[in-house]
Amino acid sequence: MAASKTTDVLFDPVFKSNPIALQVLGICSALAVTTQLDKALVMSLAVTVVVACSNAIIALIRNFIPNSIRIIVQMTVISSLVIVVDQILKAFVPSVADQLSVFVGLIITNCIVMGRAEGFAMKNGVFRSFLDGVGNGLGYSLILVAVGFFRELLGSGTLLGFTILPLATEGGFYVRNGLMLTPPSAFFLIGLFIWVLRSFRTDQAAKDPTRD
Amino acid sequence: MDSENELNDNLNDAAEETHESFNPNSFIGTLSVAVVLCLVCSLVVSVAAVALRPIQQRNQENKMKRNVLIAAGLWDPETSTDQDIPEMFKSIETVAVNLPGRAEDAPIPGTLNEEVDLNTYNQVKAAKDPHQSIFIADEDVDDIAGIKRRETVGLAYLVNDSSGKLETVVVPIYGKGLWSTLYGYIALEADCRTVRGITFYQHGETPGLGGEVDNPKWKAQWVGKEIISADGVPDLKVTKPGNATADNQVDGLSGATITSSGVERTVRYWLGEDAYGPFLDRIREQ
Repeated sequence: MAASKTTDVLFDPVFKSNPIALQVLGICSALAVTTQLDKALVMSLAVTVVVACSNAIIALIRNFIPNSIRIIVQMTVISSLVIVVDQILKAFVPSVADQLSVFVGLIITNCIVMGRAEGFAMKNGVFRSFLDGVGNGLGYSLILVAVGFFRELLGSGTLLGFTILPLATEGGFYVRNGLMLTPPSAFFLIGLFIWVLRSFRTDQAAKDPTRD
Repeated sequence: MDSENELNDNLNDAAEETHESFNPNSFIGTLSVAVVLCLVCSLVVSVAAVALRPIQQRNQENKMKRNVLIAAGLWDPETSTDQDIPEMFKSIETVAVNLPGRAEDAPIPGTLNEEVDLNTYNQVKAAKDPHQSIFIADEDVDDIAGIKRRETVGLAYLVNDSSGKLETVVVPIYGKGLWSTLYGYIALEADCRTVRGITFYQHGETPGLGGEVDNPKWKAQWVGKEIISADGVPDLKVTKPGNATADNQVDGLSGATITSSGVERTVRYWLGEDAYGPFLDRIREQ
């Protein structure tokens, strides 16, 4: 692990080991906050900041974290960061914060954040851990933004609130897809995304259990 | 975020000096790391919460005021910004109204309540506080809005025109839809019978179905509807989509029957004799 290049640390989590697509972590929030693109963007930013900062802080104090309470220490750092981010969002983007409501708080329980803290930051330096956090945040963001893009476009005919496909109910031509506004559509989209990703990167595909 | 990193830097530096003799896995080491970490984290969290509270409170206040303005039809989403709110609110008088109570010594419903501090009174919170609200869902009263408890003092916003004549009355409404409680405001013209506007600022209805209560086109058809009869009784019907013909009928949302009828019952409740009705009667008499 330590021998890998710094750029790999940053970019690997985006495609090669994407936390949602390969590890299928953190999909709870990916379902909940992707009905609109702006919500997905703010959520992505919040998660990226939290995972990058928590990684850096935990890497910084990793030699002083007692082994017996390391998970609690990580949780404490992560939850403090999440509360700070939540407060900042409520102060500066109140309308989006209202819509994200409980899901910002739930970043605390997002497995990606904990997973990187325990799996990477505990064993690596501050800078590399920070980059790893940014990379994983970007990997998460990529999926979230892609899902948010399709759900808002196909479900509401808009992107970031601007009308792209005028709705038939309002005199346009587009009959909206109601499924896209409900949580299951995120499963379909993430599933399709994983399919596309794994057909280009065949090494990620799970072995077919019916053959050998 | 900077302060966070700095604080942790300091923590790290402080610990670094004693690294040789410091064993985090010993009993004392574990305990001291836990204590220091908790102190630092609580400091960071409290600083953030305290420093940002004034901004958050102003946001909250602006949100309420903005929605009053939206209901009253004074807010233009294209041009109005939060900076205009204090200016726009100058022509609006906020009053606290005694809503019908249950106690023997309850004030006469519909009269103004002078005891409440208008700057700090939070109606949504009061509705949940047993001392400031009454239970309304018992057998002899029909809790048509589905809210179970209702505050005994409600706010109302009186919009005056430039000569000081009453133009619009805005009152808050809330009630159950399909999944959630919808919170909003309804604005009536000075005759207290005709709708000037309606808006919802918080709900958890299905996006695209019940969530269409936010649709400006749907809200626009409420304007001008005579939803209170001449004798002061709410007489509103939210019909099946496309069936609204009379002056007291509003088209429901397609695919959202339960949300639509929830909105109907909410409006009927809040404008009826169990809530703001007596207050509206008094305005009409004036």
